[in-house]
Amino acid sequence: MKKFLAILLVLVMMLSFVACGGDDAETDGDAAALKVGFIYIGPINDGGFTQAMYEGAVASKEHFAGQMDFIYRENVPEDTQEVKSTALNMIDEGCNVIIACSFGFGDAMNELSAEYPDITFLHFSGAMKNDTNFDNWFGSMEQARYLTGMAAASVTESNILGYVAAHPYTEVQIGINAFTLGAQAVNPDVEVKVVYINTWGDAELEKTGAEQLLDAGADVITYHADSTAAQLAAAERDAWAIGWNYTKNDAGEKYLTAAYWNPEVYFNYALQNILDGTFKPESYYGTMKDGLIAIDEVNEAVPEEVRNQIADIKEQMEAGEFDVFTGPIYYKDGTVLCEEGQTLDRAGIWSITNEIEGVSAI
Amino acid sequence: MNLRITKRGDLPKKQEIIIRIAAVLLSIIFAGLILLVFGLNPVKIFTTIIDGSIGSKIRIQQTIIRAIPLTITALGIIVAFKMKFWNIGAEGQITMGALGATWVALHFSDSLPMPLMLFLMMLAAVFCGGIWAFIPAIFKAKMGTNETIFTLMMNYIAIKFVTYLQYGPWMDPNAGGFPKIAKFPANAVLPSVFGVNIGWIMMIVFTVLVYLFMTFTKKGYEIAVVGESVETARYAGMNISRIVIVAMLISGGMCGVVGMIQASAIEKTLISNIAGGYGFTAIIPAWLSRLNAVSALIICLAFAMLIQGGTYLQVSLGISSAVSSIVQGAILFFVLGSEFFLQYKLSFGKKTKGEVA
Repeated sequence: MKKFLAILLVLVMMLSFVACGGDDAETDGDAAALKVGFIYIGPINDGGFTQAMYEGAVASKEHFAGQMDFIYRENVPEDTQEVKSTALNMIDEGCNVIIACSFGFGDAMNELSAEYPDITFLHFSGAMKNDTNFDNWFGSMEQARYLTGMAAASVTESNILGYVAAHPYTEVQIGINAFTLGAQAVNPDVEVKVVYINTWGDAELEKTGAEQLLDAGADVITYHADSTAAQLAAAERDAWAIGWNYTKNDAGEKYLTAAYWNPEVYFNYALQNILDGTFKPESYYGTMKDGLIAIDEVNEAVPEEVRNQIADIKEQMEAGEFDVFTGPIYYKDGTVLCEEGQTLDRAGIWSITNEIEGVSAI
Repeated sequence: MNLRITKRGDLPKKQEIIIRIAAVLLSIIFAGLILLVFGLNPVKIFTTIIDGSIGSKIRIQQTIIRAIPLTITALGIIVAFKMKFWNIGAEGQITMGALGATWVALHFSDSLPMPLMLFLMMLAAVFCGGIWAFIPAIFKAKMGTNETIFTLMMNYIAIKFVTYLQYGPWMDPNAGGFPKIAKFPANAVLPSVFGVNIGWIMMIVFTVLVYLFMTFTKKGYEIAVVGESVETARYAGMNISRIVIVAMLISGGMCGVVGMIQASAIEKTLISNIAGGYGFTAIIPAWLSRLNAVSALIICLAFAMLIQGGTYLQVSLGISSAVSSIVQGAILFFVLGSEFFLQYKLSFGKKTKGEVA
């Protein structure tokens, strides 16, 4: 027994010698002016939301070449315990900016921004902010959703579009409604079916949700969820798929297009302001105009006429001349969302509380 | 040639220590090799875990914040396990405790003085956690149901019930349709001492109380006797049903307090994941402590170091969360594995005549 122990000890020591010969070069002299900590809800290679955020951060790091250090933590659940602990560890590591990339991270950011006035907290989505060091940022995803809706309606044969959705919450319903409006603009007979999975991301639920929709007759699937599981489910049944958050094609030939984020647009803007000392919370709302929001190339299967139409409206959006929510629009229970001749502004859009006519939840 | 497993007699203290040290060394080697395969420097990883758990004020605070729910849950589990009542339901008892505390926090006036509010929340938490433990206890006592399955299933009922409240009657009307429960008012939030919520004081007090209870009181002794042999307890004229129920009320009540601490001090609201897996994780230190309250506190602190160290590892070295899980898993694998060798011994050899296969 003692001999065994001695051998083990020797092994441990050998291991440590082998290991010590390795890298020690990564200690960089704190030259960077800012250290930024990113908190992600999913893994950085999820092919969806977190990957979009991560690659935005990578692009932004390159943009600021050497002026900033970026660190991150992935797979952080949306409970205050984990989020706060992650942010505090980052602050302890010398971060002066924390970028929290999920709606449910907001409460922890709100608390910490009061405790740490010298640190800037940037929270994706939601509406919380203060006057000095805490801001939220989001974008007009309704624009890209509208365009993908047009593409979807042009290829459907069953006139049923499937939508795997996270929570029955404003942010998600904006996307569903915009998608529906875009689809109706091309094909008034189209119907959008929605399955709520009650989580931002769970590949298994996303997949079964998509299958439910396919069973209900949908032949185009899109989603508001973190992974690309719905794309896979669609491709398996030879249905069309529309990506979300990121441009990963998991449906091969059946990949129609995607509505996605370019987060570096915001990161570059906000971090430059912090660097220059001109940062002020403003509840940033990116659009297709500034490039935070984008749509991927449209599959050739979409008729040329519709592709031209999409390109045309996209141009108008980029010029800031197109309103997705233009009346008359009715909620599915018949109440008015937007009067004839009126358009919804940002505040109006963010008070949406239900799905519009043409949408049904299953 | 065949392999036989036989129960050990009492192990000399010295050999026990050697086995434990060997387990720790093996876990270091094994985790180290995995890290090398990933192209990471094991020495750096291990020192970062230690540095990450005690290297600065914030890190120590975070370690203690993790140790609080772990320790109090482990103490609750110890009381039940001492009786060989396998309470796997701590997760649900924590959740129900949090639910009770939340009900008080959201339904009582926010002008109530803080100590009174917190006291009422605590009472509600003990009550609800206790009830959740009482149900399987009474079934066990009266009908001899299997408590392992029963308590395990109760977890999911509790968690799903919170989800129901979150999406239904308790949904915060001011959250834009987002399914969450409202935040607690300021008088329902546990205050902090030295930057950590006062749960840490409760953690120490509970450790002492459970130690004294189990070692010096009649009830504690009865619980141990029931655990050793129900027949002996019956022969000695003990009321077994009563002992089972009282012990489980204490066990569940303590887990309920954990729920109150987590809801009040950490989340400041109720979420379905309020127990955060502590109810399951705490079983390990409870078992490793050999059901001794003071050892449990120390082991839980070590566990908390591993959790906080793992978080710090990801943040400071940008390592994927999978790697830190592997390191934690490897350490647990060997430390728990050594428990087996402390109680059983393996021998190789031909089957002797007359032995039943």
